[in-house]
Amino acid sequence: MAIKGRPEPAPGLLRRLDALARAAFPAATTALLMVLVAAPVGVPSALPAVTLACVFFWSLFRPAAMSPVVCFVLGLLQDLLTFSPLGIGVFTMLVVHGLVLRLRRLLARQSFLLVWLSFAGFAAGAALLGFVLQAVLNWRLPAFWPALVQLVLCVGFYPALAAMLTPLHKAMQRAEDLA
Amino acid sequence: MIRLSIPLRQALSRLSLPVLVALAFGTMLIGKADTLLVERARMALSDTLAPIYAVVAEPLGAVRDAVQEAHALWAIRAENLRLREENERLHRWQAAALSLDAENALLRRQLNVIPEAPTSLRTARVVADAGGTYARAVLLALAPGVEIRKGQVALDERGLAGRVTEVGSRSARVLLVTDMNSRIPVTLEGSRARAILSGTNGDNPRLQHWPEGTRPQEGERVVTSAEASVFPAGLPVGTVHWTEGGTAEVQLFAKLDRLDVLRIFDFGLSGILPPESVARPEPRPRR
Repeated sequence: MAIKGRPEPAPGLLRRLDALARAAFPAATTALLMVLVAAPVGVPSALPAVTLACVFFWSLFRPAAMSPVVCFVLGLLQDLLTFSPLGIGVFTMLVVHGLVLRLRRLLARQSFLLVWLSFAGFAAGAALLGFVLQAVLNWRLPAFWPALVQLVLCVGFYPALAAMLTPLHKAMQRAEDLA
Repeated sequence: MIRLSIPLRQALSRLSLPVLVALAFGTMLIGKADTLLVERARMALSDTLAPIYAVVAEPLGAVRDAVQEAHALWAIRAENLRLREENERLHRWQAAALSLDAENALLRRQLNVIPEAPTSLRTARVVADAGGTYARAVLLALAPGVEIRKGQVALDERGLAGRVTEVGSRSARVLLVTDMNSRIPVTLEGSRARAILSGTNGDNPRLQHWPEGTRPQEGERVVTSAEASVFPAGLPVGTVHWTEGGTAEVQLFAKLDRLDVLRIFDFGLSGILPPESVARPEPRPRR
């Protein structure tokens, strides 16, 4: 926020770098998190849960940094990291992103519990969408349990991720206010 | 950066989502149409990420090790408990063993058991039968420096064979119990009656001079007697056998017709022998 009565100073190199870093931060952290979660450690993969939660969170609170292109790339990354048919993750992320943008004005002012509940709804929709797309693309009814497990993982992961991402988001906001 | 008018940018941003959704359907189609391409893309991504995973695996391995360590520590508690219990039990057994040991020592004192004097033993090879003054005697080859004295007892691996009668520097003569000149004090093991075993130059020596009323039983064991302090008590000699003619003979345990090696025992005895006896045992040197 520029101080009134003074012209905004010309953006220097460091300032531009700072802004760029802030803009790239959500996408970069999400991608890094996805890669780390996809590491073969012997636990069931929480990759779709993490991706969905990150995309939801950043679309809701920082839509400028989570553009549709970023959603597309993240969805593609998810599809390539998992072994589901290509395109499902991409499509799911784009749909979630679009819907969250639509509901943004309503959701952003709600308490955490309500946001979480709405996220649960989104996760259920995403699971259903993934199930249907998989059935259509493979032309075969996939197992029901994995989708349910994914849904539970999604809903369960969100608070932890939100607890991690909210301070970051707040810090970035403070930095932007100061600038 | 290309500067665009605000309405155009808004229109573009509004358009981008539908375009990307269309692209998503496009990727679905590509994924169905060209599985090889998708496979290659996945492999390329995996190749890129493999080093990252290798780095990530290190702390994860450390965590896993720590968890295993914790499990082991937990198991140590249980193991410790088990060992404590086992130690307790073994302590009880040790106490039992110690008390039994003490009781054994006590009983031994009550019985007044005198431990037997340790015997020394030389083994010598039989090199010749007979010869010399006796009909039934064997010659032993001795290594120089092996000390053997007259009157020592010779046994083969089964029982009594005879006594040393002559000692040279490299040989010794053993008078067998079957020789006519041999008289051995024996005990009938069943009745504890004393008798004399006298050689006949035959295979089986005779029993003589047993007390009135204690007739040697057929098959009764005969052992040496400590009477006259020539032999220790209880060396196995043979079994009683009554011949057709009514004489008591002893079938020897020792196989005197096939002697290979004899064991010469020094029991440290200095018995009184009649003056005409050839085999006067010399006293054992004091140690």
